[in-house]
Amino acid sequence: MIELEDVGYNYGGGELFSNLSVQLAPGSFHFLTGPSGAGKTTLLKLCYGSLTPTAGRVRAFNMDVKGLDRDQMAYLRRRVGVVHQDCRFLDHLPVVENIALPLTVSGRGLTEEQANLKELMNWVGLSERMDALPPELSGGERQRAALARAVILSPDVIIADEPTGNVDWEMSQRLLRLLVELNHMGKTILVATHDLPLIRAAKNQVQARVLRLTNRQIVSAGADL
Amino acid sequence: MNALRALIIGDAQADRVVPPSGFTAQLTLFVSGAMAFLCVFALALSLASGRVATRWSDELARAATLRINAPAEQRVAQTEAALQILRQTPGVAKARALTTDEQAALLAPWFGAGIPLDTLPVPQLIEVTEDDPGYDAQGLRLRLQAEVPGAVLDDHARWRRPLVEAAIALRRLGVVSILLIGGAMGAMITLAANAALAANAQVIEVLRLVGAQDSYIAQAFVRRFTLRALTGAAAGVALGMIGVFLMPEASEEGGFLTGLGFQSWRWLLPLIIPPVAATVAFVATTRAARKRLGELA
Repeated sequence: MIELEDVGYNYGGGELFSNLSVQLAPGSFHFLTGPSGAGKTTLLKLCYGSLTPTAGRVRAFNMDVKGLDRDQMAYLRRRVGVVHQDCRFLDHLPVVENIALPLTVSGRGLTEEQANLKELMNWVGLSERMDALPPELSGGERQRAALARAVILSPDVIIADEPTGNVDWEMSQRLLRLLVELNHMGKTILVATHDLPLIRAAKNQVQARVLRLTNRQIVSAGADL
Repeated sequence: MNALRALIIGDAQADRVVPPSGFTAQLTLFVSGAMAFLCVFALALSLASGRVATRWSDELARAATLRINAPAEQRVAQTEAALQILRQTPGVAKARALTTDEQAALLAPWFGAGIPLDTLPVPQLIEVTEDDPGYDAQGLRLRLQAEVPGAVLDDHARWRRPLVEAAIALRRLGVVSILLIGGAMGAMITLAANAALAANAQVIEVLRLVGAQDSYIAQAFVRRFTLRALTGAAAGVALGMIGVFLMPEASEEGGFLTGLGFQSWRWLLPLIIPPVAATVAFVATTRAARKRLGELA
């Protein structure tokens, strides 16, 4: 589904990592962990085409990401839902319109999608906050709204960057349950996190592969977690 | 064609994704309004100049004046001789000596009414109307020189040409002004669009993240700026047309400075300005958006 082959990335003259190879198979669940500055966010951005590798190749849905034009890149983004740690929204639009944004930009009418939208808002527990503006949301609500926005087009892959970075344990468990639920629906999940207790908790709910990015290399982490 | 259809029909939801931007909205409205206002006057000036050039050219081309500078005792005889020559000259349709009252009326703007012309050494004037084709001015001058020594033929060419040239140059100036106004408006709207795009870099980033194509993002900005330019220009044209309407009407006393307004169907011409302004804004914003989105890619 998404495949990184011998990927390298240079940042400001220095090499962030090199010769990384990762495969995200359909329906798989991956955690990406590693120390701060190891390049987790960069690796995620390479997966959804926000960055281009300086070496190697990134293939998404059997297409070389480097060769995609801007329109094709937009279509790729519709197949990959992304949740950022800082959860950027359009602050002048209410939460419900922010969540529906992928529908809007892909030309799908909101009227036809009202039922799905309502169901999704219920699923992430934001049905009472539909008309709130993003700055009025708490950290956990923002993360859930971002997750709802990422999945509204029912993408094949969901990539989350530190989704539990700004929330308490209870909320991180709630977010994890949502991600696991999505995985059970057949979605491919990639979560970058340094929250090891979350990874341990996830192992009881889903068969997840843990990748550790350290010393410019990626390794499969095992029982030491 | 699709872009034009999308621009006209619009998408209420898509229009909302770009936040309303304060100063760029006001700048676009003001610039389009001011430029359209100036454009109306440039258009009026250009049309009036063209009209004046045509009128002067037509009126003066067919007329000439023969002046008899002779001592009082010979003036009548020389006038009669000159009229006789003119009647015999091919290409002269009509020749008529001005009456004392007509000559007094010509001098009235400088000396006032009631000038005692019979006590002043004022030359006798003969109005000559040219036929089509006209007369041989050089041949007529030579004959008059031989037979009526005090006659001087003035076919107005000496001062008609520079006046007509001035009017044509004024018209060209009006056209150049309109083009400059259009260019300046395009440049100002490009600046405003660039400022709006830069201010909304984060909005663009979010839209791209959720899968918006560049054409969708560009259209949200282009449509907004185009509609603002259309609105501003419509207001500017309305004010400009009121201004032109309130200008003094054409009169003999006012000369060239009056009659600058539009005539008959030409009052409809300023109505072209708002769509043209919207087109300028559309092109300027589309180019700015493409460039900016390319840089942000």
